Amino acid sequence: MSWFESKDKPKIPPAKALWAICPKCMSHFEKQVWKDNGRICPKCGYHGRLSARERIASMADEGTFVETFREVGYSDHLEFHDATGPYKEKVEATIAKTGETESIVMGTCEIGGHKAMLGVMDFAFMGGSLGTGTGERIARACEQAIAERRPLVIFSASGGARMHEGILSLMQMAKTSAAIGRLKDAGLPYISVLTDPTTGGVSASYAMLGDINITEPRALIGFAGRRVIENTIHQKLPDDFQSAEYLEKHGFIDKIVERKDLKAFIAKMLNYWGF
Amino acid sequence: MATKKTTAKRNAAPKTAMDRVKLARDPKRPHIGDFISLICSDFEELHGDRLVSDDRALIGGFATIDGEKVLVLGHHKGATVEENMEANFGMVNPDGYRKAMRLAKLAEKFRLPVVTFVDTPGAYPGDTAEARGQAEAIAKSLEFFAGLRTPIVVVVTGEGGSGGALAIAVGDTVLMLENAVYSVISPEGCAGILWRDGAKAPEAAEALKITAPDLLKLGAIDEIVKEPAGGAQKNHAATAANVKKSILKALKSLKGLATDELLDRRYSKLRAMGNFFK
Repeated sequence: MSWFESKDKPKIPPAKALWAICPKCMSHFEKQVWKDNGRICPKCGYHGRLSARERIASMADEGTFVETFREVGYSDHLEFHDATGPYKEKVEATIAKTGETESIVMGTCEIGGHKAMLGVMDFAFMGGSLGTGTGERIARACEQAIAERRPLVIFSASGGARMHEGILSLMQMAKTSAAIGRLKDAGLPYISVLTDPTTGGVSASYAMLGDINITEPRALIGFAGRRVIENTIHQKLPDDFQSAEYLEKHGFIDKIVERKDLKAFIAKMLNYWGF
Repeated sequence: MATKKTTAKRNAAPKTAMDRVKLARDPKRPHIGDFISLICSDFEELHGDRLVSDDRALIGGFATIDGEKVLVLGHHKGATVEENMEANFGMVNPDGYRKAMRLAKLAEKFRLPVVTFVDTPGAYPGDTAEARGQAEAIAKSLEFFAGLRTPIVVVVTGEGGSGGALAIAVGDTVLMLENAVYSVISPEGCAGILWRDGAKAPEAAEALKITAPDLLKLGAIDEIVKEPAGGAQKNHAATAANVKKSILKALKSLKGLATDELLDRRYSKLRAMGNFFK
């Protein structure tokens, strides 16, 4: 038996246990370095994903966030089943894992002393997909914001509409856009923050409708998926395609703001606008 | 006898969701050009978004239906290969949605109703479409049509392909042909993701509930328009006559509403979709 076939070779822990790997530039860092840097890649500046709760903690003034509409959750009106089982089981497992009841956490708070309605999507909840509960929370948030004269701030992170909820998930695109329209008509500001990743039916509805649309460095933002586009045009796409920088260059993003400056930037805008 | 049997089989009602998907995609099915010539007594097409181009996948213009002056907007797929190429198979670029909004604004200005015909596999997934803001164009259309101060009647005639369809399908009355389909994702796309096998499209089509009877039950559409036996491709004139009747009925019922009432009604309809938490 050769040495490399030996059964008592030393156990090496998998790379994932030791290293944090930047998903954008594939650089390796010690886990602690990645964590200490706020999940921002020290090499390329990519801003790693945050949970909704982490984001809220970074945005809302301490002790001001009051969650709303938590009772509005998913709906399995299609009794949807796919190859891997029922939707209901998957979504219940997601609820148990994340502790959230939908892909957006909504609530009232203050941001740098400015009162606001804040919604934060969590990509860990079914890929941040837009379900009927998500759309309903956003529509209710718009209506409450109008009633209480609160500016609306939404952080998006989503793969798009939730196909397990069929046509009614598609209809949430129209419903949320209509509600945002009413909020704007009422003279209230809506700041949309598109975080990594914001694509499909979410980018094609409320996420792109901000009075200002802002994002973080290197976030992925687009409508169709990269592979779908490459198959359509039979060409390889450049690396920066659908990046925050690409969108800013093409005129669809007002500003790319680093995570550490986001709260101050939003407060500054609300201040300019008299809120 | 054999031919009789075949004819009976061909005219048989579709049994599965995938049967309807096939009918909805049948190249011989009436397309927007057919509907316009069979329903409207005149039509004047207007071109361009005033920004970049004239998208041939979405056409629009003023028309008369039984004496009613309207703006017609709709996806254009084309019937022949040449037309398919020119129309990009009905896959709209941002330019097309921006043209639709420009023309609809004009209709609003002169208080003319808008009638849209929906038939697209989806918005164009191309690099130029992304560069010009496909997501923004669709988002803006949804917000825009929800607030348009004139009646909107939508007819889903073939494939209602996700956001690319919805962008011109926000309205006061949504009609749908019996064998048309309307879905958040194509059955093939859904099967590829959730079944990891595009060949499972028939299962996905069933699970997604994309047929007109299913959508009526879910409240996503208002009325099903009957097709001739075997499907709309068998008889364009009869199909168009049914569509025309339903459009005129819808226009008549919307005409009496004051604009604010119309908009509140449209908002309430959207607002009720997927609200299971009253």
